[in-house]
Amino acid sequence: MSRWRSVLRTPVGACAALLLVGVLALAVLAPILWSAQADRVDTDAIRQGMSAEHWAGTDDLGRDLFFRVLVATRLSVELALLATLIAVVVGLTLGALPALVGSRLGRYVVAFVNITVAFPGLLLALFLAVIFGVGARGAVLAIGLAGAPAFARLTQTLVAGVIERDYVAAARAAGIGRFRVLLRHVLPNIAEPLIVNATISAGGALLAFAGLSFLGLGVQAPQYDWGRLLGDGLAGIYVTPAAALAPGIAVVIAGLAFNLFGEALAKAVGLTTPLGRALPRLPRRTDSSAPSDAVLEVRELTVTLPSGARAVRGVSLQIAPGEAVGVVGESGSGKSLTALAIAQLVEEPLQVRAERLHFQGADLQAQAHRKLLGTSLAMVFQDPMTAFNPTQRIASQLAEGAREHGGLSRQAARARVIDRLRAVRIHDPERRARQYPHEFSGGMRQRAMIGMGLMGTPALIIADEPTTALDVTVQQQILQLLAEIRAADHVALLLISHDVTVVSAVCDRVLVMYAGRVVEDLPAAELARGARHPYTRALVAAVPTMESDRQLPLTVIPGRMPDPDDVSAGCSFAPRCALADAHCAAEQPELIASADGRRIACWHPAPASLALQES
Amino acid sequence: MLRFDQVTIRYGSRIAVDNVSLTVPDGEIVGLVGESGSGKSTLARAGVGLVAPTSGQVLLGDRPVGLRSPVQLVFQDPYSALDPRMTIGQSIAEPMPRASRADRRAEVSRLLELVDLDPSRAMQYPAQLSGGQRQRVALARALAGQPEVIIADEITSALDVSVQGTVLNLIRDLQAQLGLSMLFISHNLAVVRYVATQVAVMHHGRIVEHGPAPEVLGNPQHDYTRELLASLTT
Repeated sequence: MSRWRSVLRTPVGACAALLLVGVLALAVLAPILWSAQADRVDTDAIRQGMSAEHWAGTDDLGRDLFFRVLVATRLSVELALLATLIAVVVGLTLGALPALVGSRLGRYVVAFVNITVAFPGLLLALFLAVIFGVGARGAVLAIGLAGAPAFARLTQTLVAGVIERDYVAAARAAGIGRFRVLLRHVLPNIAEPLIVNATISAGGALLAFAGLSFLGLGVQAPQYDWGRLLGDGLAGIYVTPAAALAPGIAVVIAGLAFNLFGEALAKAVGLTTPLGRALPRLPRRTDSSAPSDAVLEVRELTVTLPSGARAVRGVSLQIAPGEAVGVVGESGSGKSLTALAIAQLVEEPLQVRAERLHFQGADLQAQAHRKLLGTSLAMVFQDPMTAFNPTQRIASQLAEGAREHGGLSRQAARARVIDRLRAVRIHDPERRARQYPHEFSGGMRQRAMIGMGLMGTPALIIADEPTTALDVTVQQQILQLLAEIRAADHVALLLISHDVTVVSAVCDRVLVMYAGRVVEDLPAAELARGARHPYTRALVAAVPTMESDRQLPLTVIPGRMPDPDDVSAGCSFAPRCALADAHCAAEQPELIASADGRRIACWHPAPASLALQES
Repeated sequence: MLRFDQVTIRYGSRIAVDNVSLTVPDGEIVGLVGESGSGKSTLARAGVGLVAPTSGQVLLGDRPVGLRSPVQLVFQDPYSALDPRMTIGQSIAEPMPRASRADRRAEVSRLLELVDLDPSRAMQYPAQLSGGQRQRVALARALAGQPEVIIADEITSALDVSVQGTVLNLIRDLQAQLGLSMLFISHNLAVVRYVATQVAVMHHGRIVEHGPAPEVLGNPQHDYTRELLASLTT
């Protein structure tokens, strides 16, 4: 509801709403107030121009045109709305019919709509106007029916989108009939775009009606609407221009009111993310101390959302050459954003800031290092389907980076592609390179994705949930492949995953993230038994394994992670933590490194030895 | 009891489910594992009558399953499983048998408590709930239809581990309390092992192995089951 109201807060929306209310008020009030003036015949003042007495002049019978234009508002708007109503009702019915009658009959309905959509609306209206006969009724039917196909098409598309949803299937599986499913689940969920479109097409109907009346096919004497007044006035346009201009202006204003309001609605309703204020660009506090020998060095990385909330709050990490570091956390912990921010893939309106963001000793925050990212950093995403362009062959997509950054010739790039595909264990790489992404299975696409990262000589692979979309058996092969690549070329790996078992199987070291912060940094081997942060321990315990005791309930973490907008001053995990006290709620624990290189942010960490004993 | 009797389902020339016979006995949870594309979800949809078998039949007791049969389906994606325009209470009340307003409201409260949610949430919309809470609402909705069998299609795979546990515990509790019969579909063997008494393994549209959970998981006979188990332990 608030989105609808927010329309009024935009300047265009407010103007359009005001204009629309004005037009509608005029349509209601004008005939009541000014019918007498509009119909009064004055034979002494025939075809006069503009004057103080008659603001828009008079017509053949000396009737005041200004009042006639005002009074005509009702009929013009009424007929336009009526036509729109017909278009909406007929369109909705036709559009929803395929969902009701089943796929076989539905196909004929769709075909019929497709054919009618192909005719230009005005042509259809003219054709129908002739069939239904000259007059207001015929014109309403004509414009209404002419508008119906577009509506039917829109409804069909929207219905098709909603009907795939699980809640529709759930309702049907619950024995709810098709018609009730349509009324209760489908129509309410497509109402917004339909209302927006109806508003815009009301403006169109108004114009079309003016057109038909102007041609003499619409409203007939003694009734009059803007179109007829325009037609009558046009004869004397050189003598008394006001007679034609006044209804013309009325049509333009009313048409604008409907269209603008519809557009403003569309903008507000279609907008899924609220527009934030532009954030002031803060000066970077960069740390210019000497670079270490780490492949990646990140200090105090922060990602700020448009709302001003911080989704990543001061993450620091280092990756040594050849080291595999895992980042685990639940959805919303900021782990993927951290990875994207490091790879410089976070865009406006999100803002990334870091005290230090060095890759192979070069400052990534200085713009000049795009090429470094292209050749030395490989990125592997969760969904290999969307990561490839479906219209291009695998070979040309893999070769793109190498030709741009590496300056390879077409032949050299191609040879490299085949070599790399072989390196990621794709059989028959010569043939596979010529294929399109859809000809690859999920696991093969992920291999190709990794192969793309290997086109250069990467020092670091960032893999964001690389196996989540894959089946367990394939997952195993991909993890194996990543391990082999690391071993062969001494490549470092930053592996983002929600899956504790995947991370501990592949990585040397694990960072545990919670609510945008790293809460623990520990050797992967310690994850299962030696974790010290209560969150890490709970996360590990919550995973059911083949050894879980079936008689006992599974360990759960009560509550939920706070949204970036409402992180507290204290430890973010405190509300869900059994060990939390007043201190935890009041003050945030810093991430403190211990002598053995582990880091932990907790006021009550399990002692290292105790952690071992308990398990 | 729900019985798939030599069910085959084709989409055009593709065979999604190939001659599957599987029984969900009264009061038991049967786990169905297999990878994506193995035909698990198609079988689930056939189980509630959303998809008609090309050949064979799905029987509840001795009658063929239709859309009005007391079999309910719970879906994977907690974000598309509930109508965003309906309150939690309205969603849960939808599959209920006809009753007075007050009775329905009381039943909604009872079901919400059954799935460990505060009954006052009945007035809230799905957008105000977390993924795990939505899955519990979806379960309450399924229970509202007073089903003889519930089919749960990957209901925890979109959830975080910390939340997955609450849903699995709930399934176990409900089963113990209500004696539910359930076909529990998942790609995760550890999850299936935790809730199910019987396990069936599906591969390329066929059931390749089926039996009591400890036997199938402890002493797998089919290569594919062995491969699945092997991928877990490393």
